[in-house]
Amino acid sequence: MQAINHVAGKAIPFGRKNVDTDVIIPAHWLKTVTRDGLGRGAFEAVKKEPGNVFTDPANADAPILIAGDNFGCGSSREHAAWALLDMGVTCVIAPSFSDIFSGNAFKNGILTVALPQEAIDRLMEVALTDPIDIDLETQTVTTPFQDRFTFEIDAFRKHCLLNGLDEVGLTMAQGDAISAYEAKARGGLPFLARTPASVN
Amino acid sequence: MTTTPRTLYQKIWDAHVVDTRDDGTCLVYIDRHLVHEVTSPQAFESLRAAGRPVRRPDLTLAVPDHNLPTTARKDAAGNRVPIADLESAQQLDMLQKNAPAFGIRYIADTDREQGIVHVVGPEQGFSLPGATIVCGDSHTACHGGIGALAFGIGTSEVEHVLATQTLLLKQSKTFEVRVEGKLGVGVSPKDVVLHIIGVVGTGGGTGHVIEFCGNVFEEMTVEGRLTVCNMAIEAGARAGLVAPDETTFAYVQGRPYAPKGDDWDKALAWWKGLATDEGATYDKSVHIRAEDIQPTVTWGTSPEDTSGIGGVVPAPEDFADASKRDAVKVSLEYMGLTPGTKLTDVEVQNVFIGSCTNSRIEDIRAAAQVLKGRHKADNVKWAIVVPGSGLVKEQAEAEGLDKIIIDAGLEWREPGCSACLAMNPDKVPSGERCASTSNRNFTGRQGPGARTHLMSPAMAAAAAVTGKLTDVRDLAPAELAAAN
Repeated sequence: MQAINHVAGKAIPFGRKNVDTDVIIPAHWLKTVTRDGLGRGAFEAVKKEPGNVFTDPANADAPILIAGDNFGCGSSREHAAWALLDMGVTCVIAPSFSDIFSGNAFKNGILTVALPQEAIDRLMEVALTDPIDIDLETQTVTTPFQDRFTFEIDAFRKHCLLNGLDEVGLTMAQGDAISAYEAKARGGLPFLARTPASVN
Repeated sequence: MTTTPRTLYQKIWDAHVVDTRDDGTCLVYIDRHLVHEVTSPQAFESLRAAGRPVRRPDLTLAVPDHNLPTTARKDAAGNRVPIADLESAQQLDMLQKNAPAFGIRYIADTDREQGIVHVVGPEQGFSLPGATIVCGDSHTACHGGIGALAFGIGTSEVEHVLATQTLLLKQSKTFEVRVEGKLGVGVSPKDVVLHIIGVVGTGGGTGHVIEFCGNVFEEMTVEGRLTVCNMAIEAGARAGLVAPDETTFAYVQGRPYAPKGDDWDKALAWWKGLATDEGATYDKSVHIRAEDIQPTVTWGTSPEDTSGIGGVVPAPEDFADASKRDAVKVSLEYMGLTPGTKLTDVEVQNVFIGSCTNSRIEDIRAAAQVLKGRHKADNVKWAIVVPGSGLVKEQAEAEGLDKIIIDAGLEWREPGCSACLAMNPDKVPSGERCASTSNRNFTGRQGPGARTHLMSPAMAAAAAVTGKLTDVRDLAPAELAAAN
């Protein structure tokens, strides 16, 4: 995972509420067996709407996306995060995110910033003309107009994002604790600890 | 042992914590992992690149479902019919190779046990009460119907579980959805869950695990509970739960992966203590009267856009929230609906009965009961019934349901996810409507431009017969009364 601390630049003022993962990346794009190239399918249906923000040349290669409440609801497809990354987005700002999406975003080094609707409204306005700046270390979003919003982030997630840590590797280092749990489960919850396919 | 009253969720959680960090993040053990072809290739690829094995292949089960065509898989001579879509074929091929390469049991597309992961898990007894179950698919919430803590994960988490059999999680809040009273004739588990989503909204359960409580769920079959929990994710909750009880135990006992002998006795003793303790509290609660639930359909492009079948298409102005008003405007335009139109006047050209929400034997029976002795309307051009697994298909055929369905002019297909998300060739044409028993009515979900109306199997069957959204209670009152 790529370490991330600072995201600054153009923000796409999308603003829509309840953006589901089928909107972010429709199912027919899920047939890929790699993580690359999904940017072309991102927001496919929205891109067909006249005057949409995604085909607006002013927003080309923008690193930030601003959306409404409940962003990323729907399916568990990590392709939604891969599609955003592929289109160059490394930070999404919204009032709230679906649980699965925010996890997927985090695991791919995309920063999800939750801010109150009033802050979103202000940033949508700024994004029309000016850049936005997000600093993970200080947990702040700022604009050239002295706006300053602070956001909350889980301490462990922040640590992983700042250092680009591989979660699988971190957990594998706890192999002994996992083995100890498995041994205990075989005694206490044997029906869960094994299946007919288990050797012990 | 703590004496503080605990919820069902808390008990399952407590039994699975491997390690707790200072910030509250827990390393949680995963008992069962279901793998399908869409969300796994990149996970296996990463394992291979890092030289990591699968920690517990015996707790993992691989089944193809999303991409499979639902037409015959073998020709008359018994030869495999090749899959025309090359990308689908490649994804399926990778699962077939990856699973055995990592020591995981693979159920092949031509095996009788093959089906939708969320139908196969409970059916095989692989999914058990009190277990933690994950799958790279958000409808994993489904397995909560047997009292398992089950939720969807992304591909990075699939990789994490394959490598470590654990996940890093923070505890969710708990949300009690209590439905009490007497459900009316013709009101099915699907109507109950659609109604609930209409009440709590698609964001209502975000950050929470829902426990479905009350006599309505206690009296429901396990298959009905699976339908309800399946759509917990549509209310924003990562998982839904119904407390395991005698109905659950009777369902699980004797299935191929279910515990046997001494293990069964131990399991039963533990399962019986899982229900939420008297005095335990939830972070949030909603109470719904069963009598308020009507056969329900969706009219928009969000699962919260529900209405009793007796209703009309709403107008954007009917909604207080400005953002929702805008969303409804866009949604009605996409759906081609005019506010004020009676829902029973909305014509459908397609019918899809299937998906992990509604493709079990009780669903096929409910549809067949309405279709028996009737025929689909002429304006319904495409109507398919897709059983959830090969075993469901066999059972339905043993009961003669396939014949009823075919005689009614509908197609009887091979198992898979099918037109629920249209990754395989089963798609609804642009601009046309589909009466669908699936779980999502999102824009383009059933194919680009497709217009989805979610409903129960009996309601979808009724729509097939009349060619319009229909109150099944008007069409088939005698059959419903007989079944009650």
